[in-house]
Amino acid sequence: MITLRIDDIPVQAEPDQTILDAAKAAGIRIPTLCHLPGLSPVGACRLCLVEIRNWNGKLVPACATPVQEGLDVVANSDRLRELRRTILELLFAERNHICAFCVANGHCELQDLAAELGMDHVRFPYRFPPLPLDASHPKFGIDHNRCILCGRCVRACSEVEGAMTWGFAGRGIFTLIEADLGDPWGDAKTCTGCGKCVQACPTGALFEKGRATGEQEKRPAIVAALTERRPRAQG
Amino acid sequence: MPKVRVATAWFSGCSGCHMSFLDLDERLLEFAGKAELVYSPIVDIKEFPDDVDVTLIEGAVGTSEHLHLLAEIRRKSRLLVAFGDCAVTGNVPSLRNPIPREEVLHAVYGDGSVPGLEGGEVPKLLPQALPLHAVVRVDHFLPGCPPPPDRIWKFLRQLLAGKEPELAREDLRFG
Ligand code: SF4
Ligand code: SF4
Ligand code: FES
Repeated sequence: MITLRIDDIPVQAEPDQTILDAAKAAGIRIPTLCHLPGLSPVGACRLCLVEIRNWNGKLVPACATPVQEGLDVVANSDRLRELRRTILELLFAERNHICAFCVANGHCELQDLAAELGMDHVRFPYRFPPLPLDASHPKFGIDHNRCILCGRCVRACSEVEGAMTWGFAGRGIFTLIEADLGDPWGDAKTCTGCGKCVQACPTGALFEKGRATGEQEKRPAIVAALTERRPRAQG
Repeated sequence: MPKVRVATAWFSGCSGCHMSFLDLDERLLEFAGKAELVYSPIVDIKEFPDDVDVTLIEGAVGTSEHLHLLAEIRRKSRLLVAFGDCAVTGNVPSLRNPIPREEVLHAVYGDGSVPGLEGGEVPKLLPQALPLHAVVRVDHFLPGCPPPPDRIWKFLRQLLAGKEPELAREDLRFG
């Protein structure tokens, strides 16, 4: 057992747990976005940043940092609130999030977090990039306008389904999620059509066809439910 | 106590935010007791008056006329409120932003001469529909598409009582 402090509360954790696991067990809320139980942590979105007091206030992602004996973690502070809000604002400014007519309106983790973290407006200039929507798959679609590049689809597809259809293409703000080697999703030979990526996606980027505004509810918990039944997948 | 001088304006939006305001129903009586509506699409006043306490603007900044009126409103209003998602984020009118303005206008009006493209009496369409705070200082943000009447009332009541309006959590939800 390892003992650490989170927001001045003494917490015990197993050596293979992360700061996020320990906080959850202690009932301390840390916002997350790219993290999904059942998938490997990647620390992509940085929303779960926490401050380590005895590391000179260094910021680390709670989802991808293992617990250590004696850590003094700050999970909630004005500095962290401002950082997390800024990260959210950058995500909103980067692509075209028009919640009012999004399939995920009312069921979106990004939208939920904006409300939770008090983001009443975006202080950065919006980029309004022209981005495509791929509706070539018979059952699903991907709208790059709503994608935050969290990679939950990529990991669900490779780690749980084992199909490895999805990947990242391009760099920086030009990065796009891509099926096979840039084929339209409907032509991707590796896609089994299982829909795990759609359920894992926190936003309206991946959706089931036939859903109108606000109709796309997701079941991200399906990923952990499957991996718990198949412990090998976590190997 | 003198009545609070309130104005509302409607830029690139669908009027839904104003409809939601009218859906305050009987609360409008309490509003009328405390505030005077000195300019609004729902009252017949042509010129934006001086010395306005609070102005709520619905819609994004989409034309040269909006730019012009926004500067005047800012100058004459003590507090400016971005009223609804289009004013706060650009929202639906900003859908055209990734497409060049000329392409949008020709798609709608055909190949001939297009109103709002260059000269003429019609206000010119700006290259992009922008949130208010991209152009002027905004004091408060009231998101929602449209903001539900209860949210509007929560906001206005604090404002009319002379308090700093505060919205949190579900009352900040976009969409
Ligand atoms: S993905 Fe989420 S944040 Fe983006 S437009 Fe849709 S509901 Fe809004
Ligand atoms: S499509 Fe969805 S799950 Fe995949 S990276 Fe984009 S937002 Fe994340
Ligand atoms: S949830 Fe930890 S970095 Fe995204």
